[in-house]
Amino acid sequence: MKPVVSLALIAAVLALAACGEREQVAEFKRGKYQGKPDTQPWANAPLPNEFRGGSWKAGDRASWENSVLERQLAQHEHKRIYQ
Amino acid sequence: MARMKFLCDAERCIECNGCVTACKNENEVPWGVNRRRVVTINDGVVGAEKSISVACMHCSDAPCMAVCPVDCFYKTDDGVVLHDKDLCIGCGYCFYACPFGAPQFPQAGAFGLRGKMDKCTFCAGGPEPDQSETEFRKYGRNRLSEGKLPACAEMCSTKALLGGDGDVIANIYRERVLRRGKGSEVWGWGTAYGPSPRPGAQPPSAPPQGGKS
Repeated sequence: MKPVVSLALIAAVLALAACGEREQVAEFKRGKYQGKPDTQPWANAPLPNEFRGGSWKAGDRASWENSVLERQLAQHEHKRIYQ
Repeated sequence: MARMKFLCDAERCIECNGCVTACKNENEVPWGVNRRRVVTINDGVVGAEKSISVACMHCSDAPCMAVCPVDCFYKTDDGVVLHDKDLCIGCGYCFYACPFGAPQFPQAGAFGLRGKMDKCTFCAGGPEPDQSETEFRKYGRNRLSEGKLPACAEMCSTKALLGGDGDVIANIYRERVLRRGKGSEVWGWGTAYGPSPRPGAQPPSAPPQGGKS
């Protein structure tokens, strides 16, 4: 009787082994860029005036941001209308 | 520091597809690739139908960057998510990860081979010399380096689509909502910029209760 019980227990353990489920969802990893370096948008000089690209000093980020800010505020039609 | 974002005002979008056309024209995007598209929600429901212009939102914590097996994505100092097409293998993982369906894959060849991923660049080009022919051919026009904003936002006739620094466009939207007294919900804003640690990346606040002004 005892071997039968032991065999049944072993069989049960083997049969239930597949029930031990592991995590199957891949974890997101924070990648590190492997490609070519890019230049900054403020690195080059602005376009000539007739192309309405704004004005900033090449390489000066703050002046480029101010120039782009003016462009962004032009999207505010309330200010454009009521000024 | 500017963090470039898109904001679409569903109360204003009239589904004219001007943004889609502007993007196609400005970047000479190939047939079958739609960097920007206008989607309709609650289609056919009277009074609840809204249209929204959708493209890459340049997420604060971009899932496409996290899943890319070749790490071809990078984020510029302005918060624009760009990628290197020379490195992209066109696997499509980014397409599955993106909550906005932004990554597009040109179909090439008789058997529908998938090309390298193409997506909205916030009109900021890519990792090639600024305003060069190579950059234009691979990524489209680099308007940011010309001191301009994305063509879609600047061409929007009703100014439903706003593009620019998150704080600036959120302020424009906030004033707009206060004036009209409704429509403070910004579709996609929480998904794209919600978990950011930056306090400036919060959705515009709700307007006070009341009717139209």
